[in-house]
Amino acid sequence: MNKCRILVIDDESQIRKLLEITLSTNDFEVKLAENGLERIRFAATYQPDLIMLDLGLPDVDGQKVLQQLREWYSNPIMILSVKNEESEIVKALDNGANDYLIKPFRTQELLARVRSHMRNHIKEASEPIISSSNFSIDLIARIAKVNNEEVKLTQTEFNLLAILAKNEGKVLTHQYLLKEIWGKSYSDQTQYLRVFVAQLRKKIEKDANHPEMILTESGIGYRFILT
Amino acid sequence: MVLVSLACFAFKEIIGYKVIAFILLVTVSFVAMFYRIVPTLLAAVLSALIWNFFFIKPYYTFHIGNTEDQFMFFMYFVIALINAVLTFKIRQIERIANEKESKLQSIKLYNTLLDSLSHELKTPIAAIIGSTDALQSNAIMTESQKEKLLEEISIASLRLNNQVENLLNMSRLESGVIVPKMDWVDVNEIVYEVIRALKIKSYSQKIIVTVPQSLPLFKLDYGLTEHVIYNLLNNAIIYTPQKSTINIDLSFTEDTLQIIILDEGNGFPEDEIALVFDKFYRLKNSRPGGSGLGLSIVKGFVEAQNGTVSLENRVEGGAKFVVKIKTEVSKFNPTENE
Repeated sequence: MNKCRILVIDDESQIRKLLEITLSTNDFEVKLAENGLERIRFAATYQPDLIMLDLGLPDVDGQKVLQQLREWYSNPIMILSVKNEESEIVKALDNGANDYLIKPFRTQELLARVRSHMRNHIKEASEPIISSSNFSIDLIARIAKVNNEEVKLTQTEFNLLAILAKNEGKVLTHQYLLKEIWGKSYSDQTQYLRVFVAQLRKKIEKDANHPEMILTESGIGYRFILT
Repeated sequence: MVLVSLACFAFKEIIGYKVIAFILLVTVSFVAMFYRIVPTLLAAVLSALIWNFFFIKPYYTFHIGNTEDQFMFFMYFVIALINAVLTFKIRQIERIANEKESKLQSIKLYNTLLDSLSHELKTPIAAIIGSTDALQSNAIMTESQKEKLLEEISIASLRLNNQVENLLNMSRLESGVIVPKMDWVDVNEIVYEVIRALKIKSYSQKIIVTVPQSLPLFKLDYGLTEHVIYNLLNNAIIYTPQKSTINIDLSFTEDTLQIIILDEGNGFPEDEIALVFDKFYRLKNSRPGGSGLGLSIVKGFVEAQNGTVSLENRVEGGAKFVVKIKTEVSKFNPTENE
């Protein structure tokens, strides 16, 4: 089987070196890029399965690079950033990034995220049933099961769970979820989302206080993980 | 000056003009104690003239009758001036001494801060450099020795990251760039997120969360509130005995959220309680590792949301932190309509 290809775009040579070693020793093929033009051209010819993009590039705005990449590149893009400015991250996610990691990050976390994105990307042939050993959701029959038992969900609860499950591993912002489920005029009605996420967790998580499937991304949104 | 003169004028027949001279001189001294040099000299001259005009016969003229009075007036004039200048000079010297003292104090404070800060930053850096040097040298090492050095590097870098994070937050607070983004949050969710984040510290204490049955949503800044709870719980974990209990209680009124954190540690020395929220303040006998910034960040982040934080010792031992934030409360339940 071919190795998965990852393109790392970062201006800091230390981070590039670190990622090259970490990823290649974990069976990924890694290519590095640093300056403005190089990165876009490289992405075009190399056709990576995943791009890691540093937002704080010196010569161009990382958000612009992201937008340009998204014009033709559809595989996962992971943002690396030292800014823990929520607004920058939300903007990047809106611009089409799948995920973000704040520097300094832990290697285990990085690898887990990369693997999850690769997995999802490969099986993205829109299957109607998304499942793991103890959870499944049938998007057509509109049935969710935990430990093989059907969970009674309201319309809205199901819609929320469906959109989360369809985007497994991807960070979905509050605004995105509100817009998708309740409509554009609700995009700042965060209280809807908070209440429904809390209810959904009570129904599908083992312990709603220690969620394992619907994870909170502080001040940004939620991420669904199949356990 | 005028008031005193008027009073003297009323009693001039009883006390006599010589005593009045002394009363006026005392008045000039008082003026010198509270005003600058120009008003003081003015008061001295004015008092001499007033004395002459109103109290030396013939009254209501600047003319002085006998030689003795002329001499006395001249003496009065000189004494009033000297009195004024001397009193003023003493004050000036005192002020300079005070200024020097307070400047010394603040330099001393600054040095202590810088000392503790550079210590907190340089210790982990020393550990990292030292460990990597040892690993890179060709010395023969067992696998477990190598692992220990790597572990040191890991601990040191986490510690360094923590310190830098604190410093950045402090400077964000100081520069006033923090504008709270108030939005509906589930505080219960924040508390458990913090507990999850603290897991890497592998603490041994038991954290008990008490939340009322139906905790409403509150309009707060998610990140700031998360930081406040994190710093308070983190402190409790670091400074209380192994396996003791830490309680975090959430409660609310119709317009206020209250977070209480109780621990079973030694509490705080009563005379230092008022100081612990100060920037860089560290308890006199605290162990190394802290930056003295955690609690001041708590205070800053709570106040940025128009809240208050207070600390007291519990009767049964341990510390009690109370965070109160007055804000909007939402009990709305959208599913009721489905």
